[in-house]
Amino acid sequence: MKFKLLAAAAAAVMAAAPAMADLTIPALNYRTGPYAPSGIPYADGFSDYMTLLNERDGGIGGEMINVVECETGYNTEKGVECYEQTKGQGALLYIPQSTGITYQLIPKASADQIPIWSVAYGRTSAVNGKVFEWVFNMPVTYWDGASVAVKYAMEQEGGSLEGKKIALVYHNSAYGKEPIRTLEALAEKHGFELLQLAVDHPGQEQKSQWLQIRRERPDYVFMWGWGVMNQVAIQEAANIRYPMDKFIGVWWSGSEADVVPVGDGADGYKSLTFHGVGTDFPALQEIKSTVIDAGKNAGDGSKWGEVGYNRGVYAAAVVAEAIRTAQEMTGKSDITATDMRDAMENLDITDARFEEIGLGGFAPAVETSCAVHSSPRLAAVQQWSAGDKAWTVLTDYMEPDFEVVDPLIEEDSMAYAAEAGIEPRACE
Amino acid sequence: MLYREAGDFKTSYAKDNQTFPIRFDRWGYYVILAFAFLVVPMVINDYWASAVLLPFLIYAVAALGLNILVGYCGQVSLGTGGFMAVGAYSCYKLMTAFPDVNIVIHVILSGFITAAVGVLFGLPSLRIKGFYLAVATLAAQFFLVWLFNKVPWFYNYSASGQISAPTRTVFGVDVTGPMASAPAKYLTCLTFVVVMAWIARNLTRGSVGRKWMAIRDMDIAAEIIGVNPLAAKLSAFAVSSFFVGVAGALFFAVYLGAVEVGEVFGIQKSFLVLFMIIIGGLGSILGSFMGAAFIVLLPVFLKNVLVGSFGWATDLAAHLEIMILGGLIMMFLVLEPHGLTAYWRTIKEKLRLWPFPH
Repeated sequence: MKFKLLAAAAAAVMAAAPAMADLTIPALNYRTGPYAPSGIPYADGFSDYMTLLNERDGGIGGEMINVVECETGYNTEKGVECYEQTKGQGALLYIPQSTGITYQLIPKASADQIPIWSVAYGRTSAVNGKVFEWVFNMPVTYWDGASVAVKYAMEQEGGSLEGKKIALVYHNSAYGKEPIRTLEALAEKHGFELLQLAVDHPGQEQKSQWLQIRRERPDYVFMWGWGVMNQVAIQEAANIRYPMDKFIGVWWSGSEADVVPVGDGADGYKSLTFHGVGTDFPALQEIKSTVIDAGKNAGDGSKWGEVGYNRGVYAAAVVAEAIRTAQEMTGKSDITATDMRDAMENLDITDARFEEIGLGGFAPAVETSCAVHSSPRLAAVQQWSAGDKAWTVLTDYMEPDFEVVDPLIEEDSMAYAAEAGIEPRACE
Repeated sequence: MLYREAGDFKTSYAKDNQTFPIRFDRWGYYVILAFAFLVVPMVINDYWASAVLLPFLIYAVAALGLNILVGYCGQVSLGTGGFMAVGAYSCYKLMTAFPDVNIVIHVILSGFITAAVGVLFGLPSLRIKGFYLAVATLAAQFFLVWLFNKVPWFYNYSASGQISAPTRTVFGVDVTGPMASAPAKYLTCLTFVVVMAWIARNLTRGSVGRKWMAIRDMDIAAEIIGVNPLAAKLSAFAVSSFFVGVAGALFFAVYLGAVEVGEVFGIQKSFLVLFMIIIGGLGSILGSFMGAAFIVLLPVFLKNVLVGSFGWATDLAAHLEIMILGGLIMMFLVLEPHGLTAYWRTIKEKLRLWPFPH
C-alpha cells in the first residue's frame, strides 16, 4: 500500500507543477484551524490585490503574478511541507505568516537563497541585514511595537510610568514571548513593573490570568494574542470591567474578528497598527469593482476592508513594488529570487508612490538598505468603536525607543551569527 | 504457490525461529531494504525527504516505542508528546554543549535521558492501570511541555523560547542544519529506523517481551508464574521512552530543525502517535509502520490529489482531508478492530492457499 501511495503522490506532485514563466509568490495561508479567523482576511486581501494587478495591468512589467496558495493551518510541519513543495516552482519570496514557520524557514531559505519577508512578526533581530542576508522583518517589529505601546502609555500618563504596573498577556509561543525582552529593558528604564501572564495554545482558557489581573489591578494591559485567544481575552477583560482604553493589543490583536464577538463590551479597546483602516482608498475601491464584483475574489468577499484584509493588501502592494524595483534594477521582466532579495534591500516607496498606486496615506514610506532590513519601523494606535463597528486611528505613526531596541537587535543578531557560524557581511 | 513454508527446510533452531519463516517474505524484506538504502537516496529530493519520508520514518520510531508500552505491555500512555520533547531538548542541550561530538551519539544519549524520565513517570503504573494510568501520563505530557516553556535553561535563554538545531555532521557529512542534503538526512533516519525496529522485534519475541505480554494479558496471573511486575512495567516504560526520545531528537534535529515545544510536542502529538498504533495494530511491529504510513502519507497524498490535480481551493481540500481521514479511520476500525496489520495477516493466509482455496 505504501508504495502505491508514494507512486500516486509522485504523479500528483508532477502534475501539480505549473508553468515556470510567471512571477510565482507562494502564499502559506491558513484558512483552517483555530487561527483561521485571523488568517482568512489576510489571505483574501493578498490574493485579491494580486488579482487586481493581473486583471487591470496584466501583471507587473508584462509578467503575470501567480499566487500559489498552500494551506498550513498555522502548523509548522505543514508549513515545511508547503515550503518544500513550492520552492521548486520558482518562488520569488516567502511570507511565512507565522512566527514558528519563520523560525523554521530562516536557515532553510537562506541556504536555498530565497528571501523571506515576515510582515511584522517573526524574528525581530532579522532587522540586521548584515547577519540576516535573506530575511526581512518589515514594516515594524515586535520589539518596536512593545516600545511604541509603552511610549503611548507614557504619553497618556503625562510623561512618566514611574511606579506603574503593566501586565503582558501573551500567547505562550515564540510569537508571544518576543516582546518580553524589550519590555523588561523598558521596565528598567522607566521604572514600571511588568507582570507576565502566559496563555497556552489555543487560548480559550484564560480565567486564571484575568483573575490575577483583577487582583493585581495593573494600570495597563498589553496583549500579544492571536486567533481565538484575542476575542476570549477581550471578553474576559469586559467581564472584569477592565477599562478598555487601558487595554492595548499588538497589531495581530486588533481586527474585527477579535472585537465584534464581544459586542458593546469591546468599545474603546485599542491596538497597534502599521497601516490605514477602512475602505477609503482608491486601490481598495478598485479591488471591489474589478475583483470582488467580478467574482474573481479569493475568498467570499465579505472580509473586504477589514483590518486583516487591508494588511494583506499592504503586504501585496509592497511585494508588487519590490518586484517592480527588481525589474527596474535588472532590466528584465522575469526576475529571480536573488533579484527579488536585492530589490527588497533597495526599496524606496515614497508617500508619492503610495499615492500613485492608490494607497495614499495608507502607510508610511518605506526605505530599506543592505544593513537595515526593516522600514519604517513606525506604529500607530487605533481604537474600536462598538457603536460604529469601525476602527479609528488615534495617533500619528510613532517611533519606538531606538536607544533600547537597537542594542537588543544587535545583541540578538550577533548571538545568532555566532550560533549559526555566519560571518556578518560588510554592507558597503 | 510461491508463498508457503513447504519446501523451505529449516535445519537449525535459529532458522526455525527467524522473523520471516517464509522465503518469499524474507526476500521481500531484503529487497525493500536494498531499495530503501540503495535506490531511494539516489532519487530523493528535498520535498520527498522533508514532506514524506522523514516524518514517516521518525513517526515510525515513535510508534514502535509507544507500541512496546501500550501494545505489548498494556500500559496506556498519553505522554508521548512530552517524552518526544524530552528527547528533542536533551538533544539540543547536548548538541550545543558538546559541538564536536557525532550527532548520532547525541541522539542515542537523548534516548537514554528520555528513558530515565520515562521510568520516573512510569512509577504510577505500579499502582494504577487503564484509564487512571492514562490520566497520570497525561500529567507528564502537560508538565513536561510546561517545564520546557518555563525554564529558560532548556532553550539556552533565547528570546523566543525556540530551539534551533545547529549544523552537526556524521563522518563529515552535514546531517542537521540548513545545508544538510536530503539523502544524508534520509539515510540517518533510515538507519535509526532499521536498527530500532530490529531491536524492538528481538526484544518483543524474547523473554523480556514475553514478560510484558504476560503483564498485559493478566498481571496477577503473571505475578503468580514469577514475572516481576515492577521490573516488567518499568522496563517497558524505559524501552518505550528510549524509542520515543530518539524519535523526538530526530524530529527536532534532522526533520524540523527548529522547534517550539507547545506547538510541536503538544497533546495532539500524543494522540497522533496513539492513533497510529491503534490503526496500525496494537502489539505489532509491522503495525507501527503501517499506522505511521497511514497517518503521515495519506494527508500529503490527499492534499496533492485534491489541490494539485483537481485544483480545488486549499481550505476546502484541508477540510475534506480531515473528513476523509476520519472516515477511513472509522471504516478500517469497524471492519477490522485489530488494525491494518490484521488485514496483512488475512492476506497472508489467503496467499498461502492461493491458487487453490481448499
